[in-house]
Amino acid sequence: MRDARGDVKRPIGLRLWLSGGWLTLLVLSAVFAPLIAPKDPLMQDLFLGRMPPFWMEGSEPGYFLGTDSLGRDVLSRMLYGARLALIVALVAGTITCVIGATLGLIAGYYRGWPDRIISRFVDIWMAFPPVLFAILLIAVLGPGLMSIIIAIVVIDWTRFARVVRAEAMSQGAMDYVASAQVAGRTRFGTMLTEILPNVLPTIVALLTLEMGIAVIVEAILSFVNLSISTDSPTWGGMISEGRTSVHQAWWVLVFPLITLFLTVLSFSQLGEGLKDRFDPVLR
Amino acid sequence: MSSYLTIKNLTVRLKNGAPILRAVSLDVAAGQVHGLVGESGAGKSMIGKAVLGTLPRALQVTSGEIWLDGVDLLSLPASERRRRIGATAALIPQDPLTALNPSKRIGPQITRRLVDILGWRKQDAEARALDLLGEVHIPDPARVMRSYPHELSGGMRQRILIASAFAAEPKLIIADEPTTALDVTVQKQILRLIGEMQARHNTALLFVTHDLGVVSKVCDTLSVLYAGKVVEEARMQRFFMRPIHPYSAALLAATPTYTNPDSSLTPVPQTVTDAVEREVREHDLRAGA
Repeated sequence: MRDARGDVKRPIGLRLWLSGGWLTLLVLSAVFAPLIAPKDPLMQDLFLGRMPPFWMEGSEPGYFLGTDSLGRDVLSRMLYGARLALIVALVAGTITCVIGATLGLIAGYYRGWPDRIISRFVDIWMAFPPVLFAILLIAVLGPGLMSIIIAIVVIDWTRFARVVRAEAMSQGAMDYVASAQVAGRTRFGTMLTEILPNVLPTIVALLTLEMGIAVIVEAILSFVNLSISTDSPTWGGMISEGRTSVHQAWWVLVFPLITLFLTVLSFSQLGEGLKDRFDPVLR
Repeated sequence: MSSYLTIKNLTVRLKNGAPILRAVSLDVAAGQVHGLVGESGAGKSMIGKAVLGTLPRALQVTSGEIWLDGVDLLSLPASERRRRIGATAALIPQDPLTALNPSKRIGPQITRRLVDILGWRKQDAEARALDLLGEVHIPDPARVMRSYPHELSGGMRQRILIASAFAAEPKLIIADEPTTALDVTVQKQILRLIGEMQARHNTALLFVTHDLGVVSKVCDTLSVLYAGKVVEEARMQRFFMRPIHPYSAALLAATPTYTNPDSSLTPVPQTVTDAVEREVREHDLRAGA
């Protein structure tokens, strides 16, 4: 008889609510940045340098989270910075995911020589120190949004390839795959219709994790001044600028840092939460 | 009596040349149940896998013929062979817990073969699936069709797999230890069900098992395998009355009985296994010559 396992409805859970809420907020502020940002993020006003946030003494009305050493509004810069962070997260995360997961799926399901080639490639790839690799790459490609995305994809596809390969391998050993083949499916068809849906929860979890990592990598590259041109506000860029004046104006450093932290945490928590909900066996 | 499955001198080897099946021949006629028995690693499952084309990648058929419903499968190109197998043969797998795709509902998993290979309309295939689920005594088939595998018990899933195997009216069904993963209490029902379905649909059934007790209940004929070689092929009754090969006799004697549960387990004696090993080696020499 059908039992009650199918009737268990998991509450969406605080974790999914909080992370989803934060990311929604972020997407909204990125989309509507021109409307909600109180100031022009690039406008400098040297007379208003290092103004503290609104609750502190000596703050300037209109500059809620204070200003940096060049008198630019920290809040506005953070809102615009969300645009770049999200573009990098979405585009780089997705491309990394597609490339890595495809290779991992092929390696794990077909085994044999495709697996040998892909796995050796992954092994060799992972022996490079990733940050150095990225810096080198951007030095060659020149700074800019495209270079950042390419660098992230090039560094991180191995993460997907390895995990998806292992998962595809264990799914491939299951009897239902053999059954599908006996029922006349081609091997490629079996991979798409039988294996992929069962690996998908893992891929989704990894994808959101990767989006968080992409944000971090972008910040790291900004930090070493290899990100997008210094004019466009990025969180990483703000953090590295704020570092030099942390004793006089901590807010320039701290606010972007908190935002970055919450964003990355939200991405990883969203992934975990989604995995639970997508997985038919856990659901 | 026409044979649905005829295997002639089938030899399967590892890529490095070590033999897994040694010139196996057997014959299953319409409406007959043929048992394959042997120890773990004797190659009994590999015969089924070779027929269905699902051998592990490390293995390959090096010689022999597999005739399925009048066609030599090994002479066909891969795509044609796959279609042919899909249309005429089916598998009842060993572990019902992993044999259904966890991310799909039951319905499409049963109708898939009908729609994909036989080109049925979806509604017809669904009606047929409902009938079949009724035939394997599943209560409320419509609801089960909409369920996911994890919502059902092991016994239920095995029934679904049985229904699914019979869906396309295959000529041959290969049951690979279909009861080993189930509770003893459910085993009996499932065995009876397989027998019932097989008789009603007049299918040839290749029954792989290590359990001679099971064989005695469902099979008409059987082959005893040792190290990938058929050491004895017999009709059921004769086999249990007086097995010819010493290994068969030892295997029979080693079966634990319900009537005398206190007797210690009888292993197959060393002298017998030595003798079979010798036989297998001689076979290899002859095959090599």
